[in-house]
Amino acid sequence: MTPDELAAELDRVGYLPDAGVTTAAFLALKMHRPLFCEGEPGTGKTSLALALAQALSLPLIRLQCHEGIDASQALYDWDFPRQLLHLRAMEAAGSTLDPDTAEASLYTRRFLLARPLLRALEESPCVLLVDEVDRADDEFEAFLLEVLDSNTVTIPELGEIRALVPPIVILTSNRTREVHDALKRRCLYHWLEHPDLSREVEIIQRRQPGVTEHLATQIATAVGKLRDLDLLKPPGVAESLDWAGALLALGRTELDAETAATTLGAVLKYREDATRALASGVLG
Amino acid sequence: MTVLTGYVGFARALRQAGVGCGPERVQAYVGAVGLVDPGSRDDLYWAGRLTLCGEPDDLPRYDAAFEAWFGGEPPRRARHRKLRATQLAALNGGESQDGRGGRLATAAGDTEVLRHKDIAGLTPAEKAHLRELIATLEPVPPKRRALRARKARSGQLDPRRTLRAMLASGGEPVRPRYRRKGTRPRKVVLLVDVSGSMSPYADALLRFAHVVARAMPTEVCTLGTRLTRVSRQLKHRDAEFALLSATRAVPDYEGGTRLGETIKVFLDRWGQRGVARRAVVVVFSDGWERGDTALLGEQLARLRRLAHAVIWVNPHAGKDGYAPTQSGIIAALPHVDRLLAGHSLDTLRHLLKEINRA
Repeated sequence: MTPDELAAELDRVGYLPDAGVTTAAFLALKMHRPLFCEGEPGTGKTSLALALAQALSLPLIRLQCHEGIDASQALYDWDFPRQLLHLRAMEAAGSTLDPDTAEASLYTRRFLLARPLLRALEESPCVLLVDEVDRADDEFEAFLLEVLDSNTVTIPELGEIRALVPPIVILTSNRTREVHDALKRRCLYHWLEHPDLSREVEIIQRRQPGVTEHLATQIATAVGKLRDLDLLKPPGVAESLDWAGALLALGRTELDAETAATTLGAVLKYREDATRALASGVLG
Repeated sequence: MTVLTGYVGFARALRQAGVGCGPERVQAYVGAVGLVDPGSRDDLYWAGRLTLCGEPDDLPRYDAAFEAWFGGEPPRRARHRKLRATQLAALNGGESQDGRGGRLATAAGDTEVLRHKDIAGLTPAEKAHLRELIATLEPVPPKRRALRARKARSGQLDPRRTLRAMLASGGEPVRPRYRRKGTRPRKVVLLVDVSGSMSPYADALLRFAHVVARAMPTEVCTLGTRLTRVSRQLKHRDAEFALLSATRAVPDYEGGTRLGETIKVFLDRWGQRGVARRAVVVVFSDGWERGDTALLGEQLARLRRLAHAVIWVNPHAGKDGYAPTQSGIIAALPHVDRLLAGHSLDTLRHLLKEINRA
């Protein structure tokens, strides 16, 4: 698949990529390297993974990271209650198996709870999204790196599980913490930015079909001006789409000052930002 | 010169410009170039940017190096944020402030006396001795409760381990297993004012920051007319190398001070996102604010809301007869948890204790 074909596929499922994203996705596919996406909030890091899965018709497996996440939540766990019941059931049925066989029957695949990382290896080819990896801690990063490097998981009781085709891995981060260089070096690094005016208009029209081009242009221009102001949280594409949705729901076709003031909560989420935006006169 | 040498040369030029790209990244770069169309400028640009860069601060350096090496404009002008803290051109010259060449005979200064002496009034020999003493400081990180629970002999019941133990005994009840949440080091943020009025203390404070950065998860930024993040440079094990690269990265030594604006930039770029959340923030400054003091007050209020504790270290605070009268300090004081002195080694040691206790 060439980069242009990949861009066309992404376009088909509703994600409008620019040259950088297309090259990043293309190299991630060809080089079998994970893609590490950082960027301002609302620039489409998570939606890139969703779109890629849809475009390539692969299942999407999502691992949401948080502080304190460990191997039993990310990799696999044994279903102890079920194993206990199985043991009791064998006893009740008066089973005459010798102890070794009985024990071996407890550690089979049916008692293994596969968590996202193991599921990604088993269901490969697939797209694995490791969301907000900066929220996890150093130990988790080290162990994630090991799994990504070797594409295998060794379960002591069962053996080695290896992915036939390595999954396409996308890691996202909000930069609340510096992710270790060892993990970043293993990946392709892409910094996502806010789109320019024409692309944002296209995105709004594609995702909110009821919006006219005139209204979409007004929204995109207003959001662009808001991003240039010194706000605590500059609005991203997600906020533009929310705003368009809000205007559609209210049945407005024109973004004038009054409408903007009433629907500002869809775009700006801090009181200081809202006061500053209204004071600056950007919204008319 | 083969084409491969050209690409490797570009990677080396990038490394000199301050982007940390090691041999693994260079290999990945060469692999990526092999997969895209090398004739297209765009593809070449993106292949390099995806493999050689590792953080957003690297991107403008990459753009400049690409322009210089391959000629012409880079295909995509990344939209830069307003205050560009580090510059490519800052990497020319810039020896560290106290010339290190040559021997410095340690004078007969008593260590005991040196510990209480004001850093601004030291002789070069005493400064060298002070450096050694700073390197022997042992910071202990402040702790907070972790969210991850570890196995313990008492505490909360751990259902998983108890069930697993029951499995071993055939389903019969056993002694219950417990788990407890441990402690983790709390983040520490050091903001060091390196303007003219603080210049006698700047070197010692940066060395102190280096010692702290080696012992606990720390972010260090310098404040002056602009904000420069030097955490990465100070992570290096060798103090001299770390100081040298940090000094090179800061373009505005001994300039003026715009505390309000620089703290605002810090909060917008890093603090708000999570670097300063629940952290212990230490601001080293004498409060000589050239900019707007109302802005300083606002930003300190914002910092206080985000952080766990804010400590202000003022080199003049320890001197007799000091009363905070500068407008900068007055604006900041309501939002500061502790105001400490920071003029001598002993006060720095006291500061370490305060950080630990915060």
